[in-house]
Amino acid sequence: MPKNPSIKKVLVIGSGPIVIGQAAEFDYAGTQACRSLKEEGVEVVLLNSNPATIMTDKDIADHVYIEPLTAEVVEQLILKEQPDSVLPTLGGQAGLNLAMELEECGFLREHNVRLIGTTSETIKKAEDRLEFKSTMEKIGEPVAASLVVESVEDGIAFANKIGYPVVLRPAYTLGGSGGGIAHNQEELEEILANGLRLSRVGQVLVERCIAGWKEIEYEVMRDSAGNCITVCNMENIDPVGVHTGDSIVVAPSQTLGDKEYQMLRTSALNIITELGITGGCNVQYALHPESFEYCVIEVNPRVSRSSALASKATGYPIAKVAAKIALGYTLDEIPNAITGQTMASFEPMLDYCVVKLPRLPFDKFISAKRTLTTQMKATGEVMAICDNFEGALMKAIRSLEQHVDSLLSYDFTALSREELLRQLEVVDDRRIWVIAEAVRRGISYEEIHAITKIDLWFIDKIAILTEMEEALKKQELTAELLKEAKRIEFPDSVIARLTGRTEEEIRELRYENGITASYKMVDTCAAEFAASTPYYYSVFGSENEAESSGDRKKVLVLGSGPIRIGQGIEFDFCSVHCTWAFSKEGYETIIINNNPETVSTDFDIADKLYFEPLTPEDVENVVRLEKPDGAVVQFGGQTAIKLTEALMKMGVPILGTSAENVDAAEDRELFDEILEQCGIPRPKGHTVFTAEEAKKAAGELGYPVLVRPSYVLGGQGMQIAINDKDVEEFIGIINRYTQEHPILVDKYLQGKEIEVDAVCDGEDILIPGIMEHIERAGIHSGDSISVYPARSISAKVKKTIEEYTRRLARSLHVIGLINIQFIAVGDEVYVIEVNPRSSRTVPYISKVTGIPIVPLATRVILGHKIRELGYEPGLQPEADYYAIKMPVFSFEKIRGADISLGPEMKSTGECLGIAKTFNEALYKAFLGAGIRLPKYKNMIITVRDEDKAEAVEIAKRFEALGYRIYATKGTARALLEADVSVRLTRKLEQESPNILDLILGHQIDLVIDTPSQGVEHSHDGFIIRRNAIETGVNVLTAIDTAKALVTSLENTDAKDLTLIDIAKI
Amino acid sequence: MKAFLILEDGHVFTGTSIGAQREVISEIVFNTSMTGYLEVLTDPSYAGQAVVMTYPLIGNYGVCYEDMESERPWPDGYIVRELSRISSNFRSQDTIQHFLEKYEIPGIAGIDTRALTKILRESGTMNGMITTKEYASLDEVLPRIKAYATGKVVERVTCKEKKVLENDGLKVALLDLGAKKNIARSLHERGCEVTIYPAHTKAEEIIAARPDGIMLSNGPGDPKDCGPVIDEIRKLYETDIPIFAICLGHQLMALATGADTYKLKYGHRGGNHPVRDLETGKVYISSQNHGYAVDAKSLDPAVAVPAFENVNDHTNEGLRYTGKNIFTVQFHPEACPGPQDSSYLFDRFIKSMEVKKNA
Repeated sequence: MPKNPSIKKVLVIGSGPIVIGQAAEFDYAGTQACRSLKEEGVEVVLLNSNPATIMTDKDIADHVYIEPLTAEVVEQLILKEQPDSVLPTLGGQAGLNLAMELEECGFLREHNVRLIGTTSETIKKAEDRLEFKSTMEKIGEPVAASLVVESVEDGIAFANKIGYPVVLRPAYTLGGSGGGIAHNQEELEEILANGLRLSRVGQVLVERCIAGWKEIEYEVMRDSAGNCITVCNMENIDPVGVHTGDSIVVAPSQTLGDKEYQMLRTSALNIITELGITGGCNVQYALHPESFEYCVIEVNPRVSRSSALASKATGYPIAKVAAKIALGYTLDEIPNAITGQTMASFEPMLDYCVVKLPRLPFDKFISAKRTLTTQMKATGEVMAICDNFEGALMKAIRSLEQHVDSLLSYDFTALSREELLRQLEVVDDRRIWVIAEAVRRGISYEEIHAITKIDLWFIDKIAILTEMEEALKKQELTAELLKEAKRIEFPDSVIARLTGRTEEEIRELRYENGITASYKMVDTCAAEFAASTPYYYSVFGSENEAESSGDRKKVLVLGSGPIRIGQGIEFDFCSVHCTWAFSKEGYETIIINNNPETVSTDFDIADKLYFEPLTPEDVENVVRLEKPDGAVVQFGGQTAIKLTEALMKMGVPILGTSAENVDAAEDRELFDEILEQCGIPRPKGHTVFTAEEAKKAAGELGYPVLVRPSYVLGGQGMQIAINDKDVEEFIGIINRYTQEHPILVDKYLQGKEIEVDAVCDGEDILIPGIMEHIERAGIHSGDSISVYPARSISAKVKKTIEEYTRRLARSLHVIGLINIQFIAVGDEVYVIEVNPRSSRTVPYISKVTGIPIVPLATRVILGHKIRELGYEPGLQPEADYYAIKMPVFSFEKIRGADISLGPEMKSTGECLGIAKTFNEALYKAFLGAGIRLPKYKNMIITVRDEDKAEAVEIAKRFEALGYRIYATKGTARALLEADVSVRLTRKLEQESPNILDLILGHQIDLVIDTPSQGVEHSHDGFIIRRNAIETGVNVLTAIDTAKALVTSLENTDAKDLTLIDIAKI
Repeated sequence: MKAFLILEDGHVFTGTSIGAQREVISEIVFNTSMTGYLEVLTDPSYAGQAVVMTYPLIGNYGVCYEDMESERPWPDGYIVRELSRISSNFRSQDTIQHFLEKYEIPGIAGIDTRALTKILRESGTMNGMITTKEYASLDEVLPRIKAYATGKVVERVTCKEKKVLENDGLKVALLDLGAKKNIARSLHERGCEVTIYPAHTKAEEIIAARPDGIMLSNGPGDPKDCGPVIDEIRKLYETDIPIFAICLGHQLMALATGADTYKLKYGHRGGNHPVRDLETGKVYISSQNHGYAVDAKSLDPAVAVPAFENVNDHTNEGLRYTGKNIFTVQFHPEACPGPQDSSYLFDRFIKSMEVKKNA
């Protein structure tokens, strides 16, 4: 069936800000789909509140709206743009839910807009628990048996029917409290009675326990003619019980025979057929490890994180094909872009093994529980490809950039055998390291399996790796042994450590014996057909397929690795745009990256893609083959910057700002010199190595001081210390990892925080705009609300900032991008940080000013001058609207994480509010971040002493808006004295009903809780904030944010938003 | 122990010996299935060939005897990237290493199977030798390797005598040209009584048994090497008994009725091939294992018309016989290994037998 000609203008809904569970994969899918639609001549209207995405670029869609993702906005947008269709299956759950809302209320029908890619009946059948269950029963597909019971007797009867163990989940309790697993009737009686008591509605779900079963996923596609294929299946190494996003996943499945594989494949095709999905779909199964029994866990009738992984693992572009299917094409009409000669109606065959590891944020949230459960916690992931499993696992480990390079990286040698066995029961991100230690101690595979339920095959693979460690330690390092170690991807550094040699010696030994990496192609068809897409992975001991083509100049673009807090999707935006810009200039482009969720690792972004870890050795292997004319590191975040030195040693010229100048910005003493030469003040500070030195420095500077390691991103490890005790603790935390560079101790200045991104060509600079933070200095810039154009600083300060930027960029000989953070105290401007590279704000400022900074910087790097590119140097004229970037957090996903903001970044994503007036922009930004007030008009204020005066003013304004204010004793007294009517609530330690009951009562809209600075955060405050977050209450921990929120509430009528097409800026 | 794979074009791969250590010369073909290595090994269609598995990790779930598609493995040799050192599956009864040793199948592991596959793809299927002997010069061996021909392998793989799988439904005569067990199983599961006949059975004998339908199975080798069988199939064609044929059976029916077959460059072997039903336009993912195909250009529409085609290379994948109750496919609706999407064809066959019976 060819394309449906009546589809001319399509609204694509994106997924909004990056949060845990909904990340860069939707930018990848959305970007691919939009390009696929445009390729077919369809006019694309895009809605997504996330400005850091590539999909919200005017190159990707015809009309781009970076507006809050609410039903009202979509309605307004449909009225304005009049699309004939909405494609909702590319924006994750957020996009799907919005489309459903509009379909159900009849709005779409009323305005003759149809849903393409899926129907509302399909969505309902897949998403509604009851409908899903009955649909599955209808086609004979098993789901885990479950029943809602209201008495212990009913529970016992049902458990007897389905068999023990059973999972008990009380309805409507916080974070699953009161639930558990009952292995027999006695346990059932106890847990069930308790659960029934705790549940607000007296109901408990009794469910067949499938924890410990194999978790298997299938990615399936179906077209409107009913043709179905499976793209890929994947096996979670972690059995059922750990969210697939947090699991180690291998593709294809390794421990399933053809009988199991085909049984589940047939089931997946039956399901997609019954649901009538047109496009992609993900089906998750639990497979009993010792029988053919299985249950369908979940079906996602849309593209998902797993489909992004499957696309990268196989080379099959699921989102692109899904978009074509939505237009009416059938699978056998869509060409396979990788081979160029087969059709999309085939199933990819892999001749390699893929391993995905989650990137978990426990290095950021030190206090958080590391336990992995069915609630996803990972912020990102890495993928590795090799022709053997061990190699893929080893590559994935070193791709994480979490100080891990092998199965030796976490040390459990101090544990006794009994302790180790107990540790095996802990399901957290270090489990494979614990298993490795268990194997080293001679604990049997069977015993490890009995505890972890991880398949013996994977345990044996871990054993192969530990045996190699042992061999390297004990045996003579022959060429044979070295060859085998490299085949399973031991990095030279680890081999060096184990054999007591240097890395250089190992490398030389390798070269002498011809042990070098070769590259194989991901071609979707296991070499059955010749493929034309150069998508490569490395192996040792095989023939090389990647050919270095010699005619054009060649540039190496280093990606930014896994998405993590502090280094998000923005850097992928920069890498992709830089690649495109080099391509336009006639360069052959080569990307190295390891993140399967991103656009940069799509098969058609660069001329060549190497899906590899970003370590010096892995990069060098590519460099040896490709011999690039230069490398760009300034767009790939800290990951790429860290490779600068290694690249120079390999003899690869660094394009743009030189490595010495990057160093000068990070090296405290060099940088101080430059500032002095430029006559630019900065807060006083010292470099130290030990706590003693730090305390001495702090004493000289006077508290409060900022303590942080150099060369880090996202303010990692940065803290404000108010006394010696804080300093000791912070230095201790920083020194958990050996520091190559000194620690910085600076005087903490409280002023306006200002940020600029600029392009410098060596002489002239171009500043697209000045951004101002709403929160005063002390809160990480990534967690602050950022306003463009800056509105509360004087023209003089702006002039100073422009001048300082020029001086700094010139003295650092910046060629390309520079990001500078300032503090303005009155008319005084201080520099607090300089990053001679792209930054988090680059996509945002590019989009709202319409100045394509990354392509400009790229052209400058290639020797063009700002003037010849059509821009007048200096600070560009301000736009006639406001654009506000709002941080978005994922605190509810990470148990035990403290949500209070400070110098260390905690947000996972951002959204944009753009409007003619500041107030509307602010309102849109809050709306986009999911802060929708009011519901009950009840709020709690509890602030530290120094914020009380400002809290009074804010409370008055909320009161005027009709809010009922609750406060604890100290805050209440301050408010009462200022004539704010306030209800006193008891503190946490006091008897019920106290502040916690108030929060848990689901009647509170907002908590304003500013914690005291330093380590001694009150434990009460922590509990209050955690409980509020987990109850779904909005919590603000900075007084400035609260002020901004009340301003936005005072000034905007929610019904009346003006939508701005960014593509027209 | 070291082992070598020597191709007739002079390429030599060095790896580790697996299975038996005897030297063997055979035709080298590749299979792209990611699961189902045991089903591949026991598929009689591989008689006279050595199989390369393109998926690099083989043996992960061991060997479960009930998954065998015939009584023994048939390939002359087995070529893999890596054999798992443990087998992990609740049904596993043996390791693939031991299985190869037990049936004296020589093999080689640890070679770059992707590089080998690319050679076969580019130059076409060719002969090769698996050996543990280190030849100083290839001059002596290459002519021997080149001289190898698969020959009349159907005789080797077909059953020696008639067998009956009793049931009380329709009676199906299955001509065993090297049948995979799941063909008989698929019919038996659907209630049929299946009588399995050796390949050399005379048509008269089958017709005399008055079956409700005749099933021609898959099998190895060049269809044109099956002259006497083709003659018998022509007689079956002349009857009005519904006939369903798979793979070699499909090719032989075509040859029996005047069409031609030819050798594909490197064949279709795997579980991911899309075939289009030309009547409905619907596409199915099929399990395939064939090195020869029916030449669609040689068809006389008065005799047979194409019913299926391969979506990738448009080669013929099935025929419907004009004015006859005969339907044949090149692919494997019995799966094992591979997708079960086209198992509905067995239902269609049953339906056609019922229609005939009730007419």
